[in-house]
Amino acid sequence: MNRIVKYIILDILKNKIVIIYTLLLSILSWSVFSLEDNSSKGMLTLLNVILLTVPLVSVIFSTIYLYNSSEFIELLLSQPIKRSKIWNSLFMGLVISLMLSFFIGVGIPILIYSPNDVGIMMLLVGIFISTIFVSIAFLSSILTRDKAKGIGISIILWLFFGLLFDGIVLFLLFQLSDYPIEKLMIGITALNPIDLARILILLHLDVSAMMGHTGAVFKEFFGTSLGIIIVFIILLLWIVIPYYASILKFKSKDL
Amino acid sequence: MIEINQLHKSFGKLKVLNDINLTFSSGDCIALIGPNGCGKTTLIKSILGMVIPDKGNIKVNGKLISKDYQYREQIGYMPQIGRYPDNMTIGHIIEMIKDIRKTNQKLDEELLNQFLLKSMFDKRMRTLSGGTTQKVSATIAFLFNPNILILDEPTAGLDPLASEILKEKIITEKQKGKLILITSHLLSELDELISHVVFMNEGQVKFHKTIADLKDATGEQKISKAIANVLKSTIHE
Repeated sequence: MNRIVKYIILDILKNKIVIIYTLLLSILSWSVFSLEDNSSKGMLTLLNVILLTVPLVSVIFSTIYLYNSSEFIELLLSQPIKRSKIWNSLFMGLVISLMLSFFIGVGIPILIYSPNDVGIMMLLVGIFISTIFVSIAFLSSILTRDKAKGIGISIILWLFFGLLFDGIVLFLLFQLSDYPIEKLMIGITALNPIDLARILILLHLDVSAMMGHTGAVFKEFFGTSLGIIIVFIILLLWIVIPYYASILKFKSKDL
Repeated sequence: MIEINQLHKSFGKLKVLNDINLTFSSGDCIALIGPNGCGKTTLIKSILGMVIPDKGNIKVNGKLISKDYQYREQIGYMPQIGRYPDNMTIGHIIEMIKDIRKTNQKLDEELLNQFLLKSMFDKRMRTLSGGTTQKVSATIAFLFNPNILILDEPTAGLDPLASEILKEKIITEKQKGKLILITSHLLSELDELISHVVFMNEGQVKFHKTIADLKDATGEQKISKAIANVLKSTIHE
């Protein structure tokens, strides 16, 4: 691991927010699993909680951290270090520390209470979602110099993916319920990493039987191993594309 | 050593650098002067690769800097306002930079000792005064024995003692044949240091002369007076 990443991780771990985040996640997951006697139901509750908190903390914390690192970036830039290396190191540092928090907070309880393929998938999904929202934070913080604006963009993106998008989808579903739009819905979910993750996990829990015709179409796609691979490729694109856009912009940024 | 060709840069509508052509060679000690907002700092930041020019190119030691980053090993940069991570201590910052550069060469810790920074190693950057921050910046700039020193307002904010130490240091480094580029508003400070003057105004280089030429042209003995003379004549034009 390169030296810059080491300094960034040390700096982030000193930050109390990440420790509080880890504690919060572990309190949530331990209590969910000890309240529900059925681990599958526990997973469902945990899924909803994770899909709300993990993106929020990842995107906001990363955005603020990036703005607060402007001095650090400036200091490193006057040294013989490639620009892309600085940006990559910041990304690695944030991703590694948030992953670590997620693994300690959620991963350990899952591995104890539900050590099956759904559990593993949930872990992977959590790690992907953390990384995706760090990547989105990189994009929104490079878009503007103004810290308040940057954090605002991050919050709006989180609101959009976490809440608004579902509303829009529901609206579409009701409006277009006379047409066979199930296949189209699969395409639309790909536009939201949170939904994609939620549906992927839901369909591997027993509750999917209750989701009607759309559920059946979804199961046909998401239930197969090809479907799972495609979902993870789309999630990967959600990491790569925002990050790549941000690094292109960072390379030509004036400091 | 540094070659700047037809450099252009605008921030939005504002033209900050307008067709800059300059060549500096080793052993020169150049004073970059001009009114506020004339593009001095932008020019310096372009040389460091912190500002990306719109047009034109810069070569350091014959190599284009746009594709390179290693050249910054040869440059010691002291910013006008040093900005450092708030939570780090002086010791951490210096250790970190040493660690990241991982050079085997002998470090130049003369300023570190003369500024008595070692006794303040565990002070956090956020608690430091402007002058102490400047001392840290100066120490970092000289630490790796760079061949090129770029000092943006080096003595602003330093107390007379510290500024004397820094000036002595600059003179020693100059005698070693290094290229030194200084911006400063305090003209009288420059008298004993510099060999060339570059005067900028509104993003353009008005002149680039040796001290001897400048003195001849104006008939003044002191650099500060000579420059003041030129300034007056440019304003009257």
